[in-house]
Amino acid sequence: MAQTATPTAAAQALPAAAPGAIDGADFQIVPRAGLPIVAVVFGLLIAAIAANKLWPLEFFHVVGGAGWTVIDLFLGFVLGPIMGSLSIPARIEFTKRLMPKMVLIMPTLVTLTLAAGWQLGTKLGTVQSSYYLHGWIVASYIVVGIMAVIALGLLEPANIAVLVELKKPRPNPEVIERLMKRFIYTAGATGAMQIATFVIMTKIASG
Amino acid sequence: MSERRLPPVTQVGMFSLALIVAGGIDLSAHLPKHVPLGPPVALLCASALLLLGNLAALARVRGFAWERFLQVFKWGLLAYTITAGMIGYAFIRDHLSGGPLIVLALSLVVYAVHVPVLIGFTVARYAD
Repeated sequence: MAQTATPTAAAQALPAAAPGAIDGADFQIVPRAGLPIVAVVFGLLIAAIAANKLWPLEFFHVVGGAGWTVIDLFLGFVLGPIMGSLSIPARIEFTKRLMPKMVLIMPTLVTLTLAAGWQLGTKLGTVQSSYYLHGWIVASYIVVGIMAVIALGLLEPANIAVLVELKKPRPNPEVIERLMKRFIYTAGATGAMQIATFVIMTKIASG
Repeated sequence: MSERRLPPVTQVGMFSLALIVAGGIDLSAHLPKHVPLGPPVALLCASALLLLGNLAALARVRGFAWERFLQVFKWGLLAYTITAGMIGYAFIRDHLSGGPLIVLALSLVVYAVHVPVLIGFTVARYAD
């Protein structure tokens, strides 16, 4: 089995018409202005874990999880179809503004949710095998594990690759479209899996 | 863009990550009881072999954009080493020790190398 990168007539035809619309050098793949914010958030997360207090742990776990879930669902089921209906130059313009932010936002939210959640589970004893809803906790590990593999193996590489492509003097619209489709579909898949997370988390919270 | 046939690096990489995730879940599901190390060690070994297989398959690709791959890989390696380090710190802080700590630490090494390989590969396959 092999992956194949093939050109199409549409892709070959587009650069002649589109170089003005697809000038990609005016953005940063990793927005440097956002890095201090991420550093502050991680600092607060480390402080919350070190303090091991209920409220900050609950705060980071719930806020991170809500952000993660909402963005996944919104990207997969609202923004994805809208982007699919845009013209290629419009889609590329939108991508140039959205994707660099996603490079910082999603890993930060996922780290907040999982790190605070694990520490919360350790504090409350819900991660121990003696916990009476242990089966539900293990189910949540499995759901998160599947989402992590999809995010690390498909989403993140597609995110970076589309930004690198957009940085080229003459980005290939076909490559961008293919990678964006991969990004939106996998965001939709993880969004659908977030529904399983809702079921598990509400069950654990209500006992 | 010229036509290029490439090995299934993404699929193999995802399977390798799935194996170490499965091992991690198996370990976590047993805590704080005694953890049987056989299954996680087997999963870790299989995952590491897939990583090596992926690198070997990539090395045999003629005309692969290694410069672009390495440019992305090194930054990815830095980022994922930091996240792996944070996870490792959490394990140690939670008093994990002995065999489970070694298995999880080695799993983190596979994770910290394989994810940047996948990112580098996805970028480099579309390089001019």
